[in-house]
Amino acid sequence: MNPGEPERERPDWGRVAASARFQDLLGRKRRFIVRAFLFFSLYYFCLLLLTAYAPKLIAVRVTGTITLGYWFALSQFVVGGTIAWLYLRAATRFDGLSRDLLAESGKT
Amino acid sequence: MSISLVIFLVFVLSTLGITYWASRRSRGASAYFAAGRTITAWQNGFAVAGDFMSAASFLGVVGLIALQGFDGFLYAIGGFVAFVTILLLIAEPLRNSGKYTLGDVLAYRLRPRPVRAMAAMSTLATILFYMIAQMVGAGALVRLLLADSGISYNVAVAGVGALMVVYVVFGGMLATTWVQIIKAVLLSACALLLAILVLAHFHFHLGALFAAAGQIAYHEQGRWVVRDFLLPGLRYKAPYGSLDLISLGFAFIFGTAGLPHILGKFYTVPDATAARKSVVWAMGLIGSFYVMTSVLGLGAASILGPDYILTHGGTNMSGPLLAEALAGKVFLAWVTAVAFATILAVVAGLTISASTSFAHDFWLNVIHHGRERKLGETVLVARMAALALGAVSIGIAILLGPASNVGILATMGMAVAASANFPVLVLAIYWRRFNTAGAVAGLAVGLLGSLGLILAGPNFMGIDPPGAARMARHLFQAKPWFPLENPGLLSVPLGFLAALAGTLLTAEPAAEAKFNELSVRVHTGLGAEPADLE
Repeated sequence: MNPGEPERERPDWGRVAASARFQDLLGRKRRFIVRAFLFFSLYYFCLLLLTAYAPKLIAVRVTGTITLGYWFALSQFVVGGTIAWLYLRAATRFDGLSRDLLAESGKT
Repeated sequence: MSISLVIFLVFVLSTLGITYWASRRSRGASAYFAAGRTITAWQNGFAVAGDFMSAASFLGVVGLIALQGFDGFLYAIGGFVAFVTILLLIAEPLRNSGKYTLGDVLAYRLRPRPVRAMAAMSTLATILFYMIAQMVGAGALVRLLLADSGISYNVAVAGVGALMVVYVVFGGMLATTWVQIIKAVLLSACALLLAILVLAHFHFHLGALFAAAGQIAYHEQGRWVVRDFLLPGLRYKAPYGSLDLISLGFAFIFGTAGLPHILGKFYTVPDATAARKSVVWAMGLIGSFYVMTSVLGLGAASILGPDYILTHGGTNMSGPLLAEALAGKVFLAWVTAVAFATILAVVAGLTISASTSFAHDFWLNVIHHGRERKLGETVLVARMAALALGAVSIGIAILLGPASNVGILATMGMAVAASANFPVLVLAIYWRRFNTAGAVAGLAVGLLGSLGLILAGPNFMGIDPPGAARMARHLFQAKPWFPLENPGLLSVPLGFLAALAGTLLTAEPAAEAKFNELSVRVHTGLGAEPADLE
């Protein structure tokens, strides 16, 4: 703490950490984040792996002149965007849960 | 005076105006280092995009797609994908638990002096590599585009360096943020306009563009070839191309989330919710930008052709050359000026991030145990550090000269970020058992391992034929010990393993005991640094 900065009240971390509501929030966040991150990493590395080891497959032209590989590459933007949107929605719920648990544990 | 010089001067004058305005706003450490944490979500989203989209992503990626087709496009995708990692794992915990730097998050429950010293070192290493790449790029751009304006490489490098120092020293994070916002708008508008021109060339028939890109004819080693630019394999060739591609993926998905100048931006918003929304704004901007670069790259390949690009300035000039071919000199001038503004915004971001880490992590918390002897001393040290960094970068960029291969420097920065910074950051936030020895080991092995593998790889080791140009010669004349250009595939796991081993070999009950506190803070924002009151 530097001189000049006001000393802030120290919250009771232990009590919040032990509360059932916090554990519930943690569990929900973990489930969403782990699934979303694993799914998207796999989706991205799938593109790289197919490019590296199945170049014939991604060279197939699916719509006129555009290849399967190009569609798959472009779909990364769509899938990434969808995950971001789903996360924003979930995170709004997490924000609500965390406000509730802070209010309950007496930190105002 | 050329038109691009006029446009660039307008940009410089308006950004200097912003710097003057920012320098007159409230003082204090959090105002200087984090813009008082009052930047809104959309503003920060634009600033992050402006911080991230370097000359390498504008000039470089368009050029890569123009010459290597699909393989080049994979670069662009990597840049976007990385932000999903930042959104899910990094941005909010960082905002909630730290103050200004990566070191803050580590020091929260680990022994502060060793972890901050190591974090500052890997931050400075990452940034220096990035910085030199940008500065040499700026100088080379001038040499190619303003050859008739009388501005030499050295003058351009010194000019870019001086401007970035002015922004950072006088305007701090607030001025840097606004320079980046303006640049993001200019760059996006520029890419959009160029993409529309390319599509107009094909009568707004996307199929026609892809049909043209499916048969690009050019000379390759003296032979006339026709290749399909929608197919992979133009860059990543056997025998190690496949592995190099996967390795590049590692560097992107983890590296961007460990870049200090990107991480620092999440401290400039009022809370974690704003940090989260700003990542999504940045994803929107960066994603649409990269989709447009694929149109530009394939457009340059089919409208200009690789032969024309290589004889008129080389890979990096694909975008500007395309602008000239489609809309003449005035548009070329505009694109050149935007490319310059791009470099300026990125180097300013790098400078503030490095000087913050030096002043806050190293000078204040390692040397002076977290206590300022005089109020405002840390900000003063940061300003001096920015000045010194500017001088050093200008010096190195001039010594290296315009012909040096700078692409590898950006790769080195990204590799260090992925292998050293990212593993310890994630473990510090999510793993209760993690401790000081683990952090120091992870940072040291990640840093040295990634740099060592690059030095032992094909970029630095190789046997040149007699008579090869001096600048193109490999540093070590021997067969490469490590076959890949990108070390990520091996160095990221090495960084994680070292952090794991260091942790499991030692016990640090104090660090584990404080995990609850960190966890509550990370997930609820309780106790997080508040925004300055206006």
